[in-house]
Amino acid sequence: MKINSFVSFYKIFLTISLFVFFLPGTPAIANEHSFSEAVSLLSAKKFKDKEVAVDKVMLFAKQEGYSEKVLTVLKLLLKGQLYYKKDNKQIVSLQKNNGKYNATDVILGNKLSETSKRKFKKITVNNKLRRKLRSLIAKLSLKNSNSKVRLSAVQEMMGTSSAKDIESIQTYLTTEKNSNVIGAMQTLIALSQLESNDDDIRLAGINIIAESLEPKARNKIVSLLEKDEDGKYLEQNKDIVYAAIKAKRKIDERRDVYDFFEKVFFGLSLGSVLLLAAIGLAITFGVMGVINMAHGELIMIGAYTTYVVQLLMPNHIEYSLLVAVPAAFIVAGLFGIAIERGVIRFLYGRPLETLLATFGISLILQQLVRSVFSPLNRSVETPLWMSGALEINPVFSITYNRLSILIFSLVVFALLMLILKKTSLGLKVRAVSQNRAMARAMGIRSEWVDAMTFGLGSGIAGIAGVALSQLTNVGPNLGQAYIIDSFLVVVFGGVGNLWGTLVASMSLGVFNKFLEPEAGAVLAKILILFFIILFIQKKPRGLFPQKGRAAEN
Amino acid sequence: MQSSIFSQIINEKNSKIFLGVLIFVAIIVPLLNLAVPADSSFHISTYTVTLLGKYLCFALLAIALDLVWGYAGILSLGHGAFFALGGYAMGMYLMRQIGDRGVYGNAELPDFMVFLNWQELPWFWHGFDQFWFAMIMVALVPGILAFVFGWLAFRSRVTGVYLSIMTQALTYALLLAFFRNEMGFGGNNGLTDFKDILGFSLQSDNTRVVLFLITAVTLGAAYVLCKYITMSKFGRVVVAIRDAEDRARFIGYKVEDYKLWIFVISAVIAGIAGALYVPQVGIINPGEFSPLNSIELVVWVAVGGRGTLYGAVVGAILVNYGKTYFTGVLPEVWLFALGALFVLVTLYLPKGLMGLYEQLSQRYFRKEAKA
Repeated sequence: MKINSFVSFYKIFLTISLFVFFLPGTPAIANEHSFSEAVSLLSAKKFKDKEVAVDKVMLFAKQEGYSEKVLTVLKLLLKGQLYYKKDNKQIVSLQKNNGKYNATDVILGNKLSETSKRKFKKITVNNKLRRKLRSLIAKLSLKNSNSKVRLSAVQEMMGTSSAKDIESIQTYLTTEKNSNVIGAMQTLIALSQLESNDDDIRLAGINIIAESLEPKARNKIVSLLEKDEDGKYLEQNKDIVYAAIKAKRKIDERRDVYDFFEKVFFGLSLGSVLLLAAIGLAITFGVMGVINMAHGELIMIGAYTTYVVQLLMPNHIEYSLLVAVPAAFIVAGLFGIAIERGVIRFLYGRPLETLLATFGISLILQQLVRSVFSPLNRSVETPLWMSGALEINPVFSITYNRLSILIFSLVVFALLMLILKKTSLGLKVRAVSQNRAMARAMGIRSEWVDAMTFGLGSGIAGIAGVALSQLTNVGPNLGQAYIIDSFLVVVFGGVGNLWGTLVASMSLGVFNKFLEPEAGAVLAKILILFFIILFIQKKPRGLFPQKGRAAEN
Repeated sequence: MQSSIFSQIINEKNSKIFLGVLIFVAIIVPLLNLAVPADSSFHISTYTVTLLGKYLCFALLAIALDLVWGYAGILSLGHGAFFALGGYAMGMYLMRQIGDRGVYGNAELPDFMVFLNWQELPWFWHGFDQFWFAMIMVALVPGILAFVFGWLAFRSRVTGVYLSIMTQALTYALLLAFFRNEMGFGGNNGLTDFKDILGFSLQSDNTRVVLFLITAVTLGAAYVLCKYITMSKFGRVVVAIRDAEDRARFIGYKVEDYKLWIFVISAVIAGIAGALYVPQVGIINPGEFSPLNSIELVVWVAVGGRGTLYGAVVGAILVNYGKTYFTGVLPEVWLFALGALFVLVTLYLPKGLMGLYEQLSQRYFRKEAKA
C-alpha cells in the first residue's frame, strides 16, 4: 500500500509536469519526440545498450522542464517498475493494484487499457547499471526542494563522487541553506580531499571529517588507520595518522553520546508500550484489586479491532487509527464489562479464583480469535504520517511510529489521571476502592462502579492494542507476550499507584535497552525478571507503596 | 505415633478406594498388555500403556501441586518449572546414554553440542552419565530452586496473588532461558532421540510396562507420603497457616519455615514426576516451562477438588483424557473446553468433583438416616 500511495503520488506528479509541458509556447514541445525516443531506447536487450540509453536520457536532464521527468524514469528503472510493451516498445510503468496491473505510459502519463502482464516485459538492470542509476539520481536530486532528498542524495554520492561531481557540489554548497545538507556536502568534499597527493590538503580534510557523524566518513578514517602485519601503520605520514586518531576519537565520543540518546529513546519507547499495556491493569488490578489474566487478550482484541477497522476503510488508511482508537476502546470495554458482569462479580474477595477464571476466559478469547481470524498473524498497516523517521543526524534518528506511541501513551496516562481525579466516576471509583461498605452507605451504586471501572481498564487495554498493532504483528498470542510484563510493571510500581506504574514502565524500558547490548535480548529479559523478583523481596509493595493502616493486605 | 498415622491413612475410606484402584490398575494393565494376545479385544496396546503412564505422571504432579495449594494455600503457577527441571535432569542422563549412537557418532558429546561446534562437555553435564547422580539431581535441582525462591519469597511475606505471579514469572524466565542454545540444554529442540535407560531399550514393550509400574508405585508412595505429611503435626500447622496465616504467626509458629518446607517437598515430587515423564514420552523441551502448562495443571487440581490429594489425581486423569480426546477429534474445541472448565469450576464447583461427590453422598446418607 505504501508503494501504491507513493506511486500514485508520482502519477499526480507526472500529470502536473505534463500539464506544464503542454502549456502553449513552451519550447520543450519540440523536444518531446526526441525525449520519448531516448526513453524507448531503454528497451534494448544488452545492458551496454541500456547504459547508452540512460546516458541519452540524461542529456535531457539539463533541459528545462525535463529534469523531473528524467528523474522519474530513472527511479522507476531502478525500482524495477519500468516495463515495455512487447509489440510496440512503448515504455510504461507497471504496478499491481488489487491484484490487477495498471500500466501507465511514462512519457504521456496516460493509463493504458492493456492490463495483462504478459503483454509487457520488464526492463532489467544489473549491478553496474544500478550503481550508475543511483549516482545519477543522487545528482538530479541535489536540485530537489526537499532538504531530506538533497541530504540523502549527498550521502549517496559519498565515496563514489568524481572530481567533476565535487565541483558541482561546491557550486551547490554556495546556495545551500540547510545546515545538515551543508555538513554532508562539506564531508563529501573533505572525503575527496583525502584522495589528494598533498598531505596538507589531506590533513585539512581529516579535520573537517572529524566534525562529521556520517558512517562513511568514519569508515574512511578507520581505513586510514589500518596496520600492516607488524603492527605498523600503512600510512607513512605521522601527522596524518595522529590527526586520524584524534578524529576517530572525536567521532566516537560524539557517537557514544548519540548512542546513549538512542538507547534512552528506545528504552522510553519500550517503556511506553509497557505503560500502555500495564495502565489498564493498574486500574483493574491496582484500583479494584481484581486479577485479570485476560488483560492481554483485551489488548489483542484492540489490535484486531484496528485490523477490522482497516479492512472496513481500505481507502482511508490515514484516518483508520483515529477511528480505531475509540472503536477499540468501546469493543474491549464491552468485552471487559461482559467479563465483569458474567464472571468476576461472583468472585470478589477470592483473588486466586478470579485469577483462574479469568485465565479460562483468556483461553476462550484466544481460541475465539483463532477460529474467527485464523491462527495466522495479520499485519496492520501503518499510516503514512506515522512511517518514516525524524533524522536528527546520521547516527541518531527517531522513528515517527515510536515517537507517536510514546506521546500517545503519555496522553492516555494523562487522560486516565484526569478521569480518576476530576470526574465523578473517578471519585466513585476511588471511594469504592478505599471502602466499599462506606461508599455504598453514601449511596454509591458499587456494582455499577465496578462494571464501569472494569470497562475503563479494559477499554484502555484495547487502546494499547491499537498502539501495539503498529509495532508488531497482530496474532492470537499477542496478549500473552505482555501479560506477565504488565503484571510485573504494576507490582514493581506499587499496586494502586498510577504514577508508580508510569515510573516503573519507563525505567524498566530504559533499563532493558541498556542491558540488551551487554547481555542479549533474551538474557536482558531474564535478568529483569530476576531483578524484579528480588526487588519484590526487598519492597513487597513496590516502588511507591500505598499508605494504609491495615495489618493485612 | 508414626504407625498410628500410617494405619489411619490406610483405613481412611477414600484412601482405601484410591489405593485399591491404583493397585488394581497397576496389576491389570501390564497383564492385559503382556499376557493377552494382541488380537484379543481385552488387549491393551503399548501405546495405551504409555499414555496411562503419562497420565499417572501428571497425577503425581497434580498431587505435588495439591500439597501446596490445597493444604498450604500457596497457588503456584510455576510448578511446571520443577516438573521440567526434573525432566531435564532425566533427559540429560538419557542423552549421555546414547553415547556414540547419535547422528554424529560422538561418544562424549550429545548431537546438538556437536552441531553447535562445542569441543567439550559443559561442566554441568558432568556426572549425568551415572544413573544415581542423575536421580539425585532430579530431586536436588527442583528442590534447591524451590528452596531459594521460597526462602526469598516467604521470608519477605510475598503471599497470595503476588506469589502466584512471581512463580509464573519464574517459569517464564526459565522458559526464555532454556530456549537459548547457549544454555547447553538443546535450545528450542530440547533433548530427544533417547535410546535406552540402564541398558534397557526404551522402545521395548517390557521397558514401557516397567516404567508404567514404577510410575504407579511412585504415585502410590507419594500419595501415602503426602497424606502422612498432611496428617502429621507439621501438616496441621500448614493447614492452620492456610486458614489464618497471621494468627498462626502470632501463636508462635515460624510460618515461613513451614511454608518453605512444604514448598520444597512439593517441588521435589514435581521433579520426580518430570523424571518419570521424560523416558515415557521420549522428549523434553522448553515448552514444558510454558506458563500455560503450569496453569493447566492448576485446573486439573481445581477440577478434581483441592485439599484431598486423590481429587488432584482424578482431576489430572480426567482433564488429560479430555485433552487427548478433544485434540484428536476436535482440536478447535479443546481450548474453548479448557477455558470453560476454568470458569465453570471456579464459579460452580469451588471444591471440585470430589467436593460435589461428597456433598451428594452426604445428602444421600442424610436421607437414609431420616428414613
